[in-house]
Amino acid sequence: MNMNFRLKFKSYRKHPFSLFLFLLVYAAAFVTLATIVFMVGYIFIKGIPHITPSLFATKYTSENVSLLPSVFNTLIMVFGALLIAVPLGIFSAVYLVEYARRGNRLVGIIRLTSETLSGIPSIVYGLFGMLFFVTALHLGYSLLAGIFTIALMILPLMMRTTEEALKMVPDTYREGSFGLGAGKLRTVVSVILPVAIPGILAGVILSIGRIVGETAALIYTAGTVADFPKDIFSSGRTLSVHMYALSKEGLHTDQAYATAVVLLFLVLMINAASNALAKKVRKNDGK
Amino acid sequence: MEIVFFIAALTSVFAVILICLFLFVNGIPAMAEIGVFKFLLGKTWAPTDIPPAFGILPMILGSLYITAGAILIGVSVGLFTAVFLARFCPRKIYQWFKPFIEVLAGVPSVVYGFFGLVVLVPFVRNVFGGSGSSIFTASLLLGVMILPTIIGVVEASIRAVPPQYYEGALALGATHERSVFFAELPAASSGVVAGVVLGIGRAIGETMAVILVAGNQARIPTGLFQGARTLTSGIVLEMGYAAELHRGALIATGVVLFVFILMINFTFSYFKRRAFS
Repeated sequence: MNMNFRLKFKSYRKHPFSLFLFLLVYAAAFVTLATIVFMVGYIFIKGIPHITPSLFATKYTSENVSLLPSVFNTLIMVFGALLIAVPLGIFSAVYLVEYARRGNRLVGIIRLTSETLSGIPSIVYGLFGMLFFVTALHLGYSLLAGIFTIALMILPLMMRTTEEALKMVPDTYREGSFGLGAGKLRTVVSVILPVAIPGILAGVILSIGRIVGETAALIYTAGTVADFPKDIFSSGRTLSVHMYALSKEGLHTDQAYATAVVLLFLVLMINAASNALAKKVRKNDGK
Repeated sequence: MEIVFFIAALTSVFAVILICLFLFVNGIPAMAEIGVFKFLLGKTWAPTDIPPAFGILPMILGSLYITAGAILIGVSVGLFTAVFLARFCPRKIYQWFKPFIEVLAGVPSVVYGFFGLVVLVPFVRNVFGGSGSSIFTASLLLGVMILPTIIGVVEASIRAVPPQYYEGALALGATHERSVFFAELPAASSGVVAGVVLGIGRAIGETMAVILVAGNQARIPTGLFQGARTLTSGIVLEMGYAAELHRGALIATGVVLFVFILMINFTFSYFKRRAFS
């Protein structure tokens, strides 16, 4: 190792420009890493001391700015959006991978639209949700309007992850199943989908992370009421929207730090779970 | 059962049609009433004045400047970090470096915004003067936010270059660095462009982080350390109380943003196809 380094150093003396590039590459990697560590570390160090029991009070007041109602709203949002987007996403992916014939022009259009959907910024979803679900369908600012909006938003993600999971299932499974006399549907439901479940699950968890972190699409669809909702037709802010409201008004800085910690912790855990699952899928695939 | 799967698959097509339809139907009439040129090139945004003025040029320029700054920062750091990950990083370090990048990608934009508000804004205020909420601050924050996007695409495109490029350059006597930067990277240029374009899309569409650090003044920005308002933040800031033509103008702003994004997406798909096929 040492020898190697010395040799390398010698060659750099002859090639100063290469040394320059080398340093640039390492500097950039260091900047990236330092930024991540500093940002996450800063929020955790400043925020953790401010996590107090009053932050989790069961009743929201403008004094304690309890985040419990918004956590509850977030759970409803996650559950509702998944209920819509997961089956839709899985069914679409099954169609694209298992049923659609090669060279089907519709497949190209579906792919194009799902790519388009995944590129649309969340504020545009928010606008659309406000115009369509809130106004045209008369849902008003409600959790339900938020659920519909955000379900559309995660649909392309669900489609893509499921597609990838289905494609990873070896063709021998399909051939074996057909060979034993199973039909297309039976093959998909009882042979292919079970094998693809870990990959699909990784997509589901990734979607949960997106929903928990989303703000712009929800402000004008689910609204910003800070209390527990009466039912699914009443307005309610999720944890991210709550976080935005706290930062924007700037009155409860300590609580904002603590809320940021809770939100960041949740999202990072969710993403870590998704990554762990995805890694496991890849490993199994390698065997 | 096939028909059920088929109908599900059509959802995304319907969704895109519905989104286009509702945005355009609600936004275009307002745009027409204001006058397309007056709307797009009008220099004043004063929706509550009498008579009101609905020019979104300040917001278009705000979005462009902030995005340009973010790209400058994000691409310079992201490109070299991607090269590091693809060609310099020892396997052992890679295993824990990569998850860190994924952390960066997972942080919600409102948390970025909060971090910018409590760290970057005071920092810029102390070092460069002014209020601290400025184009520069927003660019810095967005530059960090788009890092994972750029790193991901560029790293993948470098890895997609056939090894012969690198080996050939080495065999001709080039150093490792020169081989990577002058043989491999040019071969991956479509992927690099795709990464940059995707980064532009992310930056221009970002809302919550920008709103907290950019100052949001709806006037034509004249300096790096002045506040500016973007298309996205303009919508969120005023939609709550807007009515009639004002509301229509905000939706039309959304239409402009949407058209920008569509163009960017198509450019991205074009370069992505070139890079990975």
